[in-house]
Amino acid sequence: MIALNAVAHNYENGHKIGFKDWQVDDGSQWLLLGASGSGKTTLLHILTGILKPRQGSVVINGTSIYDLSSKHLDQFRGRNIGIIFQRPHLIKSLTIKENLVMAQSFANLPTNLNRVQEVLASLGIADKKDAYPSELSQGQLQRVSIARAVINRPTLLIADEPTSSLDDKNAAAVLELLIDQSGINQATLIVATHDKRVKDAFTNTYELS
Amino acid sequence: MSPLKISWKSIWSKPLSSVLNIILIAFGTGILTILLLASKQISDKLENNSKDIDLVVGAKGSPLQLILSSIYYIDFPTGNIPLKEAQELARSPFVKKAVPLALGDNYNGVRIVGTDSNFVGIYKLKVKEGKFWQSDFETTIGSSIAKNQKLKIGDTFYGAHGLTGSTDIHKTHAYKVAGILTPQGNVTDNLILTNISSVWKMHDHEEKEEHDHDSKHKEKEAPEIQNKEITSLLIQYRSPMSVVMFPRMVNESTNMQAASPAQESTRLFSLIGIGVDTLQWFALLIMFIAAISVFVNLYNSLKERSYDLAIMRTLGASRAKLFLIVITEGIMLTLAGTIIGIALGHLALEFIGSNQESSQARLTGLILLGDEAYLFAAGLAIGIFASIIPAVQAYRSNISKILSKN
Repeated sequence: MIALNAVAHNYENGHKIGFKDWQVDDGSQWLLLGASGSGKTTLLHILTGILKPRQGSVVINGTSIYDLSSKHLDQFRGRNIGIIFQRPHLIKSLTIKENLVMAQSFANLPTNLNRVQEVLASLGIADKKDAYPSELSQGQLQRVSIARAVINRPTLLIADEPTSSLDDKNAAAVLELLIDQSGINQATLIVATHDKRVKDAFTNTYELS
Repeated sequence: MSPLKISWKSIWSKPLSSVLNIILIAFGTGILTILLLASKQISDKLENNSKDIDLVVGAKGSPLQLILSSIYYIDFPTGNIPLKEAQELARSPFVKKAVPLALGDNYNGVRIVGTDSNFVGIYKLKVKEGKFWQSDFETTIGSSIAKNQKLKIGDTFYGAHGLTGSTDIHKTHAYKVAGILTPQGNVTDNLILTNISSVWKMHDHEEKEEHDHDSKHKEKEAPEIQNKEITSLLIQYRSPMSVVMFPRMVNESTNMQAASPAQESTRLFSLIGIGVDTLQWFALLIMFIAAISVFVNLYNSLKERSYDLAIMRTLGASRAKLFLIVITEGIMLTLAGTIIGIALGHLALEFIGSNQESSQARLTGLILLGDEAYLFAAGLAIGIFASIIPAVQAYRSNISKILSKN
């Protein structure tokens, strides 16, 4: 379970933003809605332990993440949180397989090539495992970035505008994959978006004002 | 997947700039390696060749020239000295051992040295095959000559007038190889040794052609030798006292000069040293430029890679790990450059050595010096120096800011 308690943040320019409390049950699927500039990315960074809020706490599975040391927070994130960005940023110098193995080793987990194979197969890109990111299409890259996010079976899967740079067909496919993968890996899913195409797929929404 | 592998793959993903950095560092290290090897070998050789010789007496002129011609056999002799005066000096109480030298001829550029058995003693020579020269026109040759000129015991050859060149050949007498020396690791490996009267006879043959076949007579020609000349006299002192007295005596009371090999070698080396110093600074400058190039390369790639590094943080990599990844990349580049540079330096010096005309001072690249460890350390230091700032930046980067920019 994920809980957001009395979180508020100050921007560098002095602008203040507060977030209403939020309880996310295990395995639930949420939509995080808000116009550009409403603090969507800020909230996602706070949720994922990237940005320490001025006040309030974030508790994931009983761990108040900002009470952890920097090193332990990085490791906690690597093991428990999978993040999918708007654009699929993969390490260009590494093959698809190596990108996924890297995610395992950064989380201090042993290399598990069966898991890599399994995840890639479930996303339909098993044949690309020895290709480099530059050899893949945008849609394939987005699948790889989903694979990287779920490789360590995270409890929380967070996607930041995963569909906004994709056409209708790919957007629908990616959304389906996200929902599928969160189900397969029993992960809680939060999708932040202002993309209207996505709304219908979710029942739970957290709206920023 | 270790940070090492990530750095390794990162280097390979931009081969052009990596190769440029490696070349720059290899070039600097290569020059330093050559300087290190060459100056060590030259100073070793200078020392080795004059080890047991305290003083050289020869005709007036440049003392350095006298040393070069009589100890290292590279320059022309200063002139000749009367044998009679030389013998008087040799009998002086200050002198323990005196070795007369008569230079003037060569065989294919190899100097033919007329001397006596004291030469064997002062250089501690041993024969590998055959024997030392005894009668006229018998020679004992250095090990390198036997190899390079393909001479063996019993072979004959003609000497040519002068110290190089083979235009004016003395056809009247042929030298015969009587023995081959064991390798000494000094200048004697490249000399042809014979007795003094052979050298004289080679040049006086017109006057004495009739006597030439009468070898029994020659042994007892001592009075005739009195007005002969030799090139120089190598001297070993009897006691340390001689250092003060003897050279002054020679320089003041005779019209010959005395030169100390140790002193002149030091002077020579300090002259070469200026060139070595200049090159050393040049090499250091190249290394410095290489360091800056590695720095710029890493710094620029860090800008491109800041997003990559931020992603790595979101995947669970700690700050320390990012620091390690960046610094490993810099160290790998410079270390590769250093190793290649050291190897190139050795190869280049071996190449230079094999193309050298003068066999007396041949350099080789096939030795490894302990000092090269310093080059290694320097390579490591440059790697750290060039990558520490980018690495610290990677450590400090604010990933939330980087990620929200996109």
